[in-house]
Amino acid sequence: MTSTTQKRQKPSAGTLILRTIALVYLFVLLAVPIGLILYRTFANGIGPFIDSITTPAAISAFNLSLLLVAIAVPLNVVFGVITSLALVRGRFPGRKLLQAVVDLPFAVSPIVVGVALILLWGRDGWFGGLETLGIKVIYGIPGMALATIFVTLPFVVREVEPVLREIGNDQEQAAATLGANPWQTFWRITLPSIRWGLTYGIVLTVARALGEFGAVIMVSSGFPGVSQTLTLLVHARYIDDHNTYGAYAAATLLMGLAMLTLLLMTLLDRKRSHS
Amino acid sequence: MIDVTDARKYYGDFTALDDVSLSIPAGSLTALLGPSGSGKSTLLRSIAGLETLDAGRVVISGDDVTDVPPQKRGIGFVFQHYAAFKHMTVRDNVAFGLTIRKRPKNEINRKVDELLEIVGLGGLQKRYPAQLSGGQRQRMALARALAVDPQVLLLDEPFGALDAKVRADLRQWLRRLHDEVHVTTVLVTHDQEEALDVADQIAVLNKGRIEQIGAPEDLYERPVNDFVMSFLGSVAKIGPHLVRPHDLRLERALERWSPEERAEMEPSKATVGRVVRLGFEVRVDLLDEAGERLSAEITRRDDERLALKAGDVVYVRPVRALPPEEAFPALAM
Repeated sequence: MTSTTQKRQKPSAGTLILRTIALVYLFVLLAVPIGLILYRTFANGIGPFIDSITTPAAISAFNLSLLLVAIAVPLNVVFGVITSLALVRGRFPGRKLLQAVVDLPFAVSPIVVGVALILLWGRDGWFGGLETLGIKVIYGIPGMALATIFVTLPFVVREVEPVLREIGNDQEQAAATLGANPWQTFWRITLPSIRWGLTYGIVLTVARALGEFGAVIMVSSGFPGVSQTLTLLVHARYIDDHNTYGAYAAATLLMGLAMLTLLLMTLLDRKRSHS
Repeated sequence: MIDVTDARKYYGDFTALDDVSLSIPAGSLTALLGPSGSGKSTLLRSIAGLETLDAGRVVISGDDVTDVPPQKRGIGFVFQHYAAFKHMTVRDNVAFGLTIRKRPKNEINRKVDELLEIVGLGGLQKRYPAQLSGGQRQRMALARALAVDPQVLLLDEPFGALDAKVRADLRQWLRRLHDEVHVTTVLVTHDQEEALDVADQIAVLNKGRIEQIGAPEDLYERPVNDFVMSFLGSVAKIGPHLVRPHDLRLERALERWSPEERAEMEPSKATVGRVVRLGFEVRVDLLDEAGERLSAEITRRDDERLALKAGDVVYVRPVRALPPEEAFPALAM
């Protein structure tokens, strides 16, 4: 906005140098590695790529990754929005503590999360009794879902909370005086107002859920075709199978999914704001 | 129409409302006037149900609504910062209350068009609030509040965020609108000119209490105490008395007053500091013998006759004599 209203000036030499440094930095750190993987994946055409991502192990990994996303996103959206509302609007003791707890997954290394989950849900853990009942949490899908939810917990809260703070509650109060009950106010006023923050929070949650490695590998049995996510598959193919091309192909698929999420969210939001 | 009895509201140690009782007649336009922190907004928000009273009752049209949530009180509320629904068009903003009430679409459209015409926003149905000026947004908010046919219209410093010119225009417009629509209206303001300009009745609040309530001219002419006197306009201090600057008479010679007048109250001596000519009105800054500053407002004609300039010695006396015990009739009772 400001750049269009301000008069365009010729950038000074210093500005040009800074810009060049920034661009080179981005290029070396982001564009080169990603470009290299794409190049390696498609160097021999699309055929090998398709073959590599349609093996039973790859299809299973793809499905499992999507399943984890499908579990983590709705839960984090619901609880994230409720937590944000509590943090911004609530007046209860322990609010500061809740603030800190929400950030915990950012602070704690994912490996530690995995260890903690095993301590809690493993055979000898507090809730280990479940395993004797035949419900396998650790080394099963429930454990991987728990790990994914844990590491993606802060994203929705951290994106929605500042938006809620900024919009204040004038609009909600106005809706109340116009006859809307709290439920109607939430759906018609609050939710549309936090739409952008929520969208971004979801994108970050999806990306992290797809990419989570440390926490998930601790609680996964790691069997190909059973409990390997796409991220674990990339790792397994590269380290265990020495199948470097397979790792590149799976990595490309993973990136593709993330890009698709971003694209979908942008399109959805554009459609909604124009309807 | 609106009856508030023995209202009390505390925020921790701070007393926002200290045993306030207020009665607002049907169809009137009442202003709640006071400095910030006087409790005027809290009182208005308590009538709306946006604040819960710690004690006391609120009755609207005979119904005790003290424990009724805002959405069931039959009110319209206008906020200082518009509270426009940013993601909705002007049409959807105004239609909100009717949509919630599930009115038929053609009825809603008709009513929205009619209201937008009344508030002077006809043809802007498809705009978003961000595309409107501050004044337009507030008129949209007013249309939105009126759309649900409220029994009472509550306005919380509605023109506070607007610049002086728009503000003056809008309050004239609000007064005309009120004369057309006749909905019982309560307006919160800290601007005494605004209150005097639009209201039928003014309640002056200070420190959570109502100091005085009455018609604008009553409050201006017969304030019950120094606070109301000072809050409703400028004042000059003559000995123990507070008087309006335009109620002071200046003369170069004591003989200009009749012996009776002088017997009643002796004019006092003062030195002219500065003479400011503001069109028809002329403000004369004075320094009395006790070293106190005061200002008198005299007419252009008197100014020409007296030809005052800085350093002149003059005599000053209120137009009407004000013996201390009669200065504020209500207090003397």
